[in-house]
Amino acid sequence: MVERGLRVAIVVEMATRAAGEVIKTPALTVDHLSKRFGERVAFQDVSFSVASGEVFGFLGPNGAGKTTTVRTLGTLIAPTSGSATVAGIPLTSDNGPEIRQRISIMPENPGLYKRLTVIENLELFAGLYGQRNPGLRIKEALEAVNLTARGRDLCGSLSKGLRQRAGLARALLNDPAVTFLDEPTSGLDPVAAREVHDLIIGLRERGVTVFLTTHRLEEAERLCDRVAILNTTLRLVGRPDELRESLFSRSLLVETLAPLAAPDEVFKSTEGVETWRPDGASSYVLTVTDPRNIAPHVTRALVAAGADVVSITESRHSLEDVYLQLIDEDPEASRR
Amino acid sequence: MNFSFGRLIAVLRKELREYRRSPFIVGTMALLPLVFLVEPLITIFRIGPSVGASAVDKAVGATFLVLLIAPALLPAVIAAYSVVGEREQGTLEPLLTTPLRREELLLGKALGVVVPAVAMAYVLFAVIQLCARLFASNAEVVAALGQGPHILAEILFAPLLAGWSIWVGIGISTRASDVRVAQQLGTLSSLPPLAVVALVSFNVFTPSVTLAVVFALVLLVADVILFRIVSALFDRERLITGARAQRHITSPGTVRHIPRVGGSDHG
Repeated sequence: MVERGLRVAIVVEMATRAAGEVIKTPALTVDHLSKRFGERVAFQDVSFSVASGEVFGFLGPNGAGKTTTVRTLGTLIAPTSGSATVAGIPLTSDNGPEIRQRISIMPENPGLYKRLTVIENLELFAGLYGQRNPGLRIKEALEAVNLTARGRDLCGSLSKGLRQRAGLARALLNDPAVTFLDEPTSGLDPVAAREVHDLIIGLRERGVTVFLTTHRLEEAERLCDRVAILNTTLRLVGRPDELRESLFSRSLLVETLAPLAAPDEVFKSTEGVETWRPDGASSYVLTVTDPRNIAPHVTRALVAAGADVVSITESRHSLEDVYLQLIDEDPEASRR
Repeated sequence: MNFSFGRLIAVLRKELREYRRSPFIVGTMALLPLVFLVEPLITIFRIGPSVGASAVDKAVGATFLVLLIAPALLPAVIAAYSVVGEREQGTLEPLLTTPLRREELLLGKALGVVVPAVAMAYVLFAVIQLCARLFASNAEVVAALGQGPHILAEILFAPLLAGWSIWVGIGISTRASDVRVAQQLGTLSSLPPLAVVALVSFNVFTPSVTLAVVFALVLLVADVILFRIVSALFDRERLITGARAQRHITSPGTVRHIPRVGGSDHG
């Protein structure tokens, strides 16, 4: 536990150095950005902004354009239309090297040279980022991802989880102002995934902007300040709790020991209950304005009606519910 | 951001480290010199003391041709692997996410090939010269091998022919989608300048210092032009996605932005 805390502290220290310069401005602004490959639309009319130090989740089904968006913002490919600023620098082909100096991208496949050791891989990238003290940076990056002991191993001999960690170490080398992580926990066991989560939390705490592409909705819910759901076009942007509230009405789940004789009479006469519907033999879903304050009224009404109340709970929707709701109602999804 | 020799050196170092651990490259680098050493030595040693001048010229011409095939052929195979190989092993994308400029990447890769290839060619040349002086029975052969134009040609042509092969090989590698196809095409494309070398080696053109310098200059210009062409061919987008960039203006769609609590969407 202490060791993990230490690693987070190291990451935080490393990441803070570069992040300070852009703390006052959005780390990313994307304005009506589109990308087409011939007739195929990769993503279209995407607009959002990400504040410095924010962990921004980018969700969407396969083929939604997430990776293409990351590549576009990372100056690997040119947008078809629209504009963006990355780490405070306008996204143009001329600014590519400057932008890439201030960001890091970890693709889903870490793409390590398998015939080189972990340290040799990092030496290459430290050189490409023009690090003045590469030895120290590499040491810190390896400590941050708990890979120091394997630094002299050939990357070809590492497990997928360890390669992912080496890829993360590489992404930390240049003190990035914005880090793009494309499925960073893909293929990792729960312990390794937890370590990656800790690293991301550490980055956020000291102001590094993290652009996190993930399929793990619980991961996005846990780590991200805001999420965007992309399905060629951007469907929704917001905080996970706000998304839930915007898409789903607030409701109470009521369970009684036996079915109510006249549920309509009970619920319609109860203050704050807008609608109700049965949800099983002796369960009911009530749409309410304020679940916390309405629950006591409902309890009293049920007791007055002679019902034995088993439970009254607020219905909670997960980010997964939000995601599925949006993707299901999206005509693009049915064409995939 | 300007051209950086630091980034170029980082690429060069990586290339040399990778070659050192590649069984294919180490094997090729070890076996190819032997092949290119044996044939000229046999040719030289078979010439007796009383053989005529034309036979000596032929033998020496053949020797120099073989010596110049090595630095033209080997780099073509390795250079053809350079970009498409990175794509295949998934290392190209992380490389391109750094501030590395395409010129730095291409020159780093080219130097990584040219250094061992030219070193091999010069060592071969030195070994043949030494063996000829120690063991050849025909004094004219030894004298012909030590002629100024021949030595100058070897010194100049080895890196320049390697340069040709490297740029053609890398050019093919940036457009190929398969390593084997790239290497086969790369090998074939290294042959044209060797045809000219063959004409000189076999005295179709009389070898002279002037001819060697002129041909070297032509090769140098060709190498520079090829470097420019290959740089222009190096399209990040095509290499990453397999598609060339196209510009279209698209119509806006709809998005639901949920405003942040207590701040703007930017915050």
